[in-house]
Amino acid sequence: MPVTTLLFYLFSAILLGSATLVITARNPVYATLYLVLAFFNAAALFILLGAEFLGLILILVYVGAVMVLFLFVVMMLDINLTRIKEGFLSYLPLGLAIAVLGVLELAAVFWSAPLGRIPAPAAIPANADNTRALGVLLYTQYLYPFEIAAVILLVAIIAAIALTLRRRSGTKTQNIGAQMAVRAKDRMHLVDLREPKP
Amino acid sequence: MSAEQPTLAAYLILGAILFSIGVVGIFLNRKNVIILLMAIELLLLAVNINLVAFSRYLGNLDGQVFVFFILTVAAAEAAIGLAILVVYFRNRHSINVDDIDELRG
Repeated sequence: MPVTTLLFYLFSAILLGSATLVITARNPVYATLYLVLAFFNAAALFILLGAEFLGLILILVYVGAVMVLFLFVVMMLDINLTRIKEGFLSYLPLGLAIAVLGVLELAAVFWSAPLGRIPAPAAIPANADNTRALGVLLYTQYLYPFEIAAVILLVAIIAAIALTLRRRSGTKTQNIGAQMAVRAKDRMHLVDLREPKP
Repeated sequence: MSAEQPTLAAYLILGAILFSIGVVGIFLNRKNVIILLMAIELLLLAVNINLVAFSRYLGNLDGQVFVFFILTVAAAEAAIGLAILVVYFRNRHSINVDDIDELRG
């Protein structure tokens, strides 16, 4: 068996195993760590497919930022695990039935449709530059969607900060609006201290 | 089909199985919002694998650009979802989905 196929099955097996553990783990911390493992294997699969840039982005952005955010939140919240696991198994038969049905239907389509007859692509040339090709596409044809993606991230930052910003009552803070609206005559009163003339 | 690498159908079936695992995760962890968010990440990952596989087998980079945008939106979704979760936990000291019934329809 060629080494690429072998690696594909290895990474796929670990990916599916860790994904199963994500949804069955008792402790959300373990679920997060298994999700990290799943993302690592997905990144390996991306690199196997010649998408090095996306594979590395998946590790940097997902494992480095999003999963750490998940871990922070999981560890910050003090969750009552016994209550949350109530009725865990009562939905298993229905969920499994839907999953098996979905996989069988999709697999039947993939094996029978012309999809299976798409020829395997030529080997990637040794000097191929995935990052440069993606960058050229992103900054020419997809420039406008790229800018919209930037705005979406800005909106996400503002929304997350605005949601979690806590305003405690009773603390002394600056009121910036009042500070900006102040005039000179609000700051200083001229008091006439001369003796009133008799 | 050359024997050099797995077929496109193999990648698509991997994506289908991963997507189904995500759906089962939504069914099983109906009460835990954090695991629900993780199951959504799994669903998006399955879609991303499909897009990258098509991009490679059709020799077209547009699929990878779309994966880029999906990653952006998924990161924004995770950040806002977790922020809502933190605010909810602060007010209720619980993240059980059954407790989230203030807005009865």
